[in-house]
This record gives sequence, structure tokens and C-alpha cells, in this order.
Amino acid sequence: MTSLRMLRRDWRAGELRVLAAALVIAVASVTTVGFFADRVSQALVRDAHQLLGADLVLVADHPWSGKVPELLRSSGARHAEALNFISMALRGGKNQLAGVKAVTSKYPLRGRLRTAVALGASDAAAERGPDPGTVWIEERMVTALDAPVGSTIRLGRSELRVAAILTLEPERTANFFNIAPRVLMNLADIPATGLVQTGSRVSYYLYAAGEPDFIAALEKNIRPALARGERLDTLESGRPEIRAAIERAQRFLSLTALLAAILAGVAIALGTRRFVERHLDGCAVMRCLGATQARLLALHAGEFLVLGTLACAVGALIGYGAQAAVGAALADLIRAELPRPGPWPALQGFLVGLVLLLGFALPPLLQLKDVPALRVIRRESGAPRGGALAAYASGFVALGALLVWQAGDLKLGAYVVGGFAAAVLVFFAIAWAVLNGLSRVRIRRLRYGLANLRRHARGNAVQVASLALGLTAVLLLTFTRNDLVEAWRRAAPPDAPNRFLLGVQRDQLDGVKQFLAKNGLREAELYPMVRGRVVAVNRGAVNEADYSEERARRLIEREFNLSYMDAMPAHNTLAAGRWTADGLSVEEGIAERLGWKLGDELTFNIGGETFSAPISSLRRLRWDSMKVNFFVIAPPAVLGKFPTSYISAFRVPPEREGALNQLATEFPNLTLVDVGAALKQAQDVADQLIAAVQFIFLFALGAGLLVLYSALVATEDERRREAAVMRVYGASRAQVARAQRVEFLAMGLTAGLLATVGAGVIGQLLARRVFELDLPPSVALLVAGPLAGLALLSLNAWLSSRKVLRASPALTLRESA
Amino acid sequence: MQSQKKNVLIASGIGKVVKSGSGELVILRDIDLAVTPGEAVAVVGASGSGKSTLLALLAGLDTPTSGTVHIDGQDLFQLDEDRRAELRGRMLGFVFQSFQLLPALTALENVALPLELSGDENAEERARQMLVRVGLGERLQHYPKHLSGGEQQRVALARAFVVRPKLLLADEPTGSLDGQSGAAVITLLFELNREQGTTLILVTHDEALAARCVRTVRLIGGRIAA
Repeated sequence: MTSLRMLRRDWRAGELRVLAAALVIAVASVTTVGFFADRVSQALVRDAHQLLGADLVLVADHPWSGKVPELLRSSGARHAEALNFISMALRGGKNQLAGVKAVTSKYPLRGRLRTAVALGASDAAAERGPDPGTVWIEERMVTALDAPVGSTIRLGRSELRVAAILTLEPERTANFFNIAPRVLMNLADIPATGLVQTGSRVSYYLYAAGEPDFIAALEKNIRPALARGERLDTLESGRPEIRAAIERAQRFLSLTALLAAILAGVAIALGTRRFVERHLDGCAVMRCLGATQARLLALHAGEFLVLGTLACAVGALIGYGAQAAVGAALADLIRAELPRPGPWPALQGFLVGLVLLLGFALPPLLQLKDVPALRVIRRESGAPRGGALAAYASGFVALGALLVWQAGDLKLGAYVVGGFAAAVLVFFAIAWAVLNGLSRVRIRRLRYGLANLRRHARGNAVQVASLALGLTAVLLLTFTRNDLVEAWRRAAPPDAPNRFLLGVQRDQLDGVKQFLAKNGLREAELYPMVRGRVVAVNRGAVNEADYSEERARRLIEREFNLSYMDAMPAHNTLAAGRWTADGLSVEEGIAERLGWKLGDELTFNIGGETFSAPISSLRRLRWDSMKVNFFVIAPPAVLGKFPTSYISAFRVPPEREGALNQLATEFPNLTLVDVGAALKQAQDVADQLIAAVQFIFLFALGAGLLVLYSALVATEDERRREAAVMRVYGASRAQVARAQRVEFLAMGLTAGLLATVGAGVIGQLLARRVFELDLPPSVALLVAGPLAGLALLSLNAWLSSRKVLRASPALTLRESA
Repeated sequence: MQSQKKNVLIASGIGKVVKSGSGELVILRDIDLAVTPGEAVAVVGASGSGKSTLLALLAGLDTPTSGTVHIDGQDLFQLDEDRRAELRGRMLGFVFQSFQLLPALTALENVALPLELSGDENAEERARQMLVRVGLGERLQHYPKHLSGGEQQRVALARAFVVRPKLLLADEPTGSLDGQSGAAVITLLFELNREQGTTLILVTHDEALAARCVRTVRLIGGRIAA
């Protein structure tokens, strides 16, 4: 008598299907994310060198000078240089925003560039970078400017020949935000273009490569010599923005996957309880036939263990296949070729499966060993113990711990676990109350069905709550998301700017103003902009190290875009203090983040010179107005003598877009950013992420449906008996069917309405608190929720009730005697 | 008085008291019973007289409030529950009113179950032979729900006898059967009993059935009537 034999017999009887399915779904869900994440991690490690383009990279927001480049050159390491900035590329009447990178001939020190001679032609690795006088451009640029190999494009004051199409640039592999296609040029050509001037935001790169020990020593020497606005990246710390973004996405996906596991746990608990109830008699008989308690437990535990192992294996296989789908959804974001996944995520999946079994299946199973043999004679003894939630406490705690661990952050994890638990409880309580209330409705034809609501109150409430929960998430991810995006679009004022103009030099000011006026853009304000770095607060030096919060550190490290003007801009409001002619006006948000107060004296360093001024006012801005905004506005008297460039934001109606090309041609050093395109890009990124999340969420939905089914089946025996009794007392099959239909209808509607309300409330919370939008109530939501609830519950009920109705009353009653 | 070793079962001073509501309920008192090998004993009484309780105590399924039970010289209640289970597997066979077949197992698997539990390698073959003996050779692969009541009880008989028990305990074996199938089951029961030389203790309220047993023990008000 082996566990294997028992497993085969019980599986044959259909006892264990739901349990197995729940495990499969949970493991598939977790392993899908796990395998995908593993591939991405492997790619990051494999491409780490390439992502940097070297073993060590030095980045600064000003030209390198002084000790650091000296240390680098004298070390004897292989080295290269680059500049990185945004500019306009022009050809004929067309222009396109370009991500320009100017490199020295040895670039890249690690990894290879790949080029092709024509669009769609096969590419090959390149030996080194573009020669002077030539550029390599990305495919998108070729199309945008209609510039095939051999043609010329204009960058600033220079005409450069397109020598190749750039198909792969390692540093750009996993790039999330690529509004500007790449133009790769030779560093020697930069001066002639005249593009690097006041106000240009240029990143200056120094690359080094060598043996690991050598690089480590170099790093040790250089780090202490780094000044403000300079940083050093190595393999471990390189491209932090990519790692951070990928980590965040992974975390989010993992949490979603674990939701499926939690739901699966509930399904497993329900299914095992039913299994136990149906096996109590059999176990009592076996006690009569000579089985000891230990034997019984071993047999059943072994059965579940074997089943669990098989289910986990199937789940892991499914996960292996499914992760390909996630990869496809995120293909544009992760532009690299991902290596095959390793085996660890499968083990993770097994771990989750084990936790589920131990936490949710073992507690009820333990009851089986305690069945008294007396039960064969006295059926009341050994009755199944109720589902004390405490028995599953360990399971919930273990899964909760897993969730928190995946969230990577105690607070976030606690929120997710707490929020989910709260949602479950709230939904359960409301469902129970509503069903009880409905049961008192006095409509004769519906009366029996509705009364059943109260009879099966707990089981029904579980079903309604779990369905409502799942539906809420689905509604949020579909309807509410669309509504929020729509509301956001509508919130943008109709005259919001759709173009940003950057880099207007002082001597071009009049010319540009004239041009704008001539083309009906008179209201476009040109704001002066000066780059400066905060070096002291109240005469005390400040530094990145003074701040612990990530965003604060980044803010203080960067250069600020300072402006000066005579009066506060119309689209700002005064929050505190007074606008004065000799004080600084700071945006209230960053003042709070950096711990600045009215009266604090800030010292700025602008290109070596410093000035100080006190904060005399705090302003409130509206960032979504799309107008030009400044964190810090300084007095004109102080700032006016520094090198200045001008920026502007304006709205270009479609008919005037052609005129803008003229502007680019006349002033080739200017940069025009198409805000609409950038926003579309951001939305595309968000869409892809949501698609990935939705895919993972399918697992959670599947698990939720299993819970639904389990809860339904748990009451199946009871319903069958009731139906039999009704039939004995003269009810026709049609009448019994109608009563059940009424009951399920009520449950489906309740679940759907709960979901609609849930999604509506959460949507409003998100709209008002997080996005500050006005979200009108959605008719579609009101209809979709109840419809979906009805449909899903009816499907479930139909699956189960066929058995209930088909059973002959006599048999049923005899069986239960 | 026969020596303890010769009797298959000796019950001395068995009493069972249960708590009920406000006070105590005496179900059985001062039960003495000795059964010799090969005997067929019927325990009769009205419903509520404690017959099934007595049977449960004699098999060690329940513990008495007072008294002892010796089976084949073993003091049943000196053993713990697991040892008692082992003893049951070796020496006892059971037939119940509600058949108590495992619904997920075929007839063959049900009969083979006790043999499998004790690790018998020929379990299936022996089970098959037993089922043929009870006339169900054609129904080996059928599930209990596809068998009539009489057929199910015959499978239960096969299961009880396949281990060649020393003592067979039957609790209202025909209670769920109609007259005809009931009679057939009883005939089969006594046949197998004779074939294997089993000792039989049969609980019933059917006087006619009791009459076919060699000895009748009558329970009135929890005591054995004189």
C-alpha cells in the first residue's frame, strides 16, 4: 500500500484536480517572473562591460580638467573620451532631435559597435568609431531625415557625411527612454559644429580599460580626487539608472506573481479540507483494518508530496514557456538578446510550492491521522474540525514573508500584505452582509433561492469576496487605467505648449524673437537660463553626502537651471515670503526636500565664480501646465552677468509646424523638443510594462477562479443533499434549478457590483491623491463589473450544478445516511 | 469456567457511561461475555439497548469506563491505540450496516486493502479469488457506486474474510438491505464462517437472524438479560 497507489486512485476519482491546478498556477506564476528576471540579470552581468563600454567610466557635467584626467593618462591604461548631448540634426527641410555622441577613435574599449550599409542590410562589427567628417546614424534617423548612407546631414554649423547606419551600440542596449535616435560622430569634429556652448547640457566621458587589478588600483586613486558633478562608474555600480529601473520592474512583477500564490494557497486549503471530509470515513475503516495513525499520516502526506512535486514540475515547465511571452511584451525596453534562463528560478518555484503545501494542505491533512476508528459505528465521532484560520496561520505568515522579501522593502511589503488582507476582509464582510440582506427580500418566486443565500452564507461570501477581488484588479488594469489616461489628457490645458526650445544664445535672442513673432508665436516667452551648482548653505559647505534620501542626493549633486526675471511668472503662486529684488525664490517642494527655509543663504558656483543670496520667497508651481518652470529664480542684478542661454515653451498649431523647420535651419544650434512625441514615448513604455503585469496577472486571475470553484465545490455535497430533499418533497427539477439560479445570480451581481465599487474607489483615490486629476464616474465600469461577475459565477455554477441536479434523490439521501 | 487461553474473546465487567446534558447516561453495565473458537454469537436488543456500543468495545474501537476485554489472551486496553489497530488488522474482520467501502477504490482494490496494509505481496491475487468466491468475479473493476446494496455487502464480506480473521464482528449486516439480498448475504456469511472456522459475533435486531446463531445474548437496559 503505497502513497503512489493512493495518489493514482484519488486522482482517478477526480479528487485532487483542483489542488494540483492551484499548485501548478502558483508555481507557474512565480517561475515565469523568476525565469525572466534571471535572464535579465544574466544579461546585465554579461553585458556589464558593454553597458559601460569600458571597465571604468568617469562622467562629469563639465569638461574634465585637473587631477583626474592626469591620473588616467599617466596610468598607462587604454583610454577613450566622449561627449554626449542632445541636438538637432537637419537635412533638406527636415529636422530631428538627435542624441549626439562624439567619440575618440579607440571607443568603445569593451564591446563592439555594429553597422550596416543600408536599411535592412545585414550588419557587421565595426573595428573602431566613425572617422572625422563622417557620422554613423541610427535607423530611425535615416528614416526621419531621409538620409541614406552617402548623404550628408547638418549638425550645428557642420555638414557631415553619413558613412554607415548604426545598428548596435552596446551602451544603449537597455535604454528605457529613447526619444532621440543616436548620431555617432568623431570628437575632433565638435569644435566646428559650434554646438557645445552656453547652456548646452553636455556629459563628458572618460573611459578606461585594463586588467582587473589594474583597474581596481586606478579606481582607488581616482575616487578621492573626484569633485562635485563628477562620478565614477564600474561594473558593480555602472548604469545605476538601468539597474534601478529593471529592479523596480522585477519587484513589481514578482509581487503580482506572489498574489497568484496567495490565492492558490486559499484554493489549496479549501480543496484539502474537502479531501479530508471525504476521506474521514475511509480512514476510519483503515483504522479498523489495521492502519496505525502514523501509517495513515505517512500515506496521505506522501500522496500530497508526490502530487506536489509533480505539480511543481509542471508549473515550472509552464513558467519556462510563459516567460518568453513576458520577454516579448517588454522587447522594446530590453533591447538585448537575453541568454537562456538558469535553473534557480525553478527551485524558487518549488520552494513556493512547498510553502503552500506545508502551510495550507498539511494542517487539514493532520486531521486524518486523528480519525477514531469508532467513526465506523458512530458517525458523529471524528467529525471534521472547522476551518480554524489559526491552523493556516503559518501558511499565511510564510507567504506574507515571501511577499515582503520580494517587495524588497519592509514598508512596501507591509502595505501590499496589509492592503490585500484588508481588502479580503472588507470584501468578505460586505459580501456576507449584502447576501444576508438579500436573503430577506420577500419576492415569492425568488424566495427559496434567496433564502439559500443565508443558509450558505459563509461559503457564498468566500466566493463572492474572491471573485470581487479578482474582478477589481481586472477592472483597475483595464477600464480605470484608460479612464485615468483620458482624464490626464483632458486635464492638460488646450493651449499647453507642445514644443520646448533650448539653447538660444544671447546674440540670437532678437533673431529668434522676430522669427517667433513673424510666425504667430508672439506670446512665447524666452527665459534666461544659467547653470549653477549649490556649494554652501548658510556659509556651510554642502555635499551629496549630507543627504540620505536618494532624490535629495541627486538634486544637490546636479547643476541647477537658474533663471532671473523682474517679476514672478504668471503661472507660479507665492507660497511664503515676499518676492524681492535681491533674494532667491525657491520652489517649495525642493526647499522641503533639501531642508531649506526662508532666510537661508544659498551659495552658488557658476563656472568657478560664486555668489550668495538669501531665500526670500517660496513658490508653488504647476508642473503639468507644461510651461517653463524653474526651481530657483535669482535676482537679475546678480545673475545677469553670467553666460546665459534662453529657453522657451510654446504651442505650435499643426499648420505652422513647417515654419519650425525654418527656425532649425536658420539657427542650427538650437534644440527643439517635441513634447508630444516624448509623452507618447513615455506612454508606450508604461503600456509595455502594464502589458507584462497584465500577463502575470492572468495567473492570479486563474488562481482566483480556482478559489471560486473550490468554494463552490465545498458546498456541493450540501447542495446535493438539499436538492434531494426538495425533490423528495415534490419540487421539480426545474424548480430546484431555478432556486439555484437565483442564488447564483444574486452572488454574481453582488460580486460584480463590489468589484465596480472597489475599482471606482481605488480609481478615485489614485486620481485625486496621486495624480491630482478629476475622474468622472465611469458608466462602462458600472456595466462591466456586474456583467463580468455574473458571467464568471454563472460559468462556475453551471460547471458544478450539473452534477448536483443530475443526482437521483434516493441515491443521494442514502449515501449521506 | 473455561480457561482464558481457549476463548477467543473474554469480556469482564464491561461498563460504559457517557456524559449527556446535565448528568450521566449509563449505556452498559456489568457485561460479561466469553466466546469460544468457532462459535457464532448473536447480540440482540431493541434499538438504543447498547448493542453497537458493545460491539465497538469488544473490537477495541472505543474504551470502556470499566472492565476488560481479552482477545486471544491479549488485554486489549493495555495496548495503545496504534497497537490495537495492528491487532485488529491481524485478527479481526468487520462487516458494517453501511458497507463502508472506499468509494474511490474498485471492488478488487477494496478487498485487497487490508492485505496491502499488512504488506502482503499477493494482495491482488488473493482479493480476486475472494471476490470470485462471493460471486462477484465479473465485477472486479466496478466502483461501489455501480454496485447494488447486496453486491456492496458481498464485497465487504470478501474484504472481511480475505485476511482469514480469527474473529468476525458484524454490526447489523442486513440493516440496509431488502429481504432477498439480505438473506443471500447472511447465507454467504455463514458459509464463509464455516469454511474458515471463524468466530462470529453478530449484532442485530432481527430475531430470525439471531436464531441462526448458536448462542444469543440479549441486552435489555444495558445489561445482559438472564
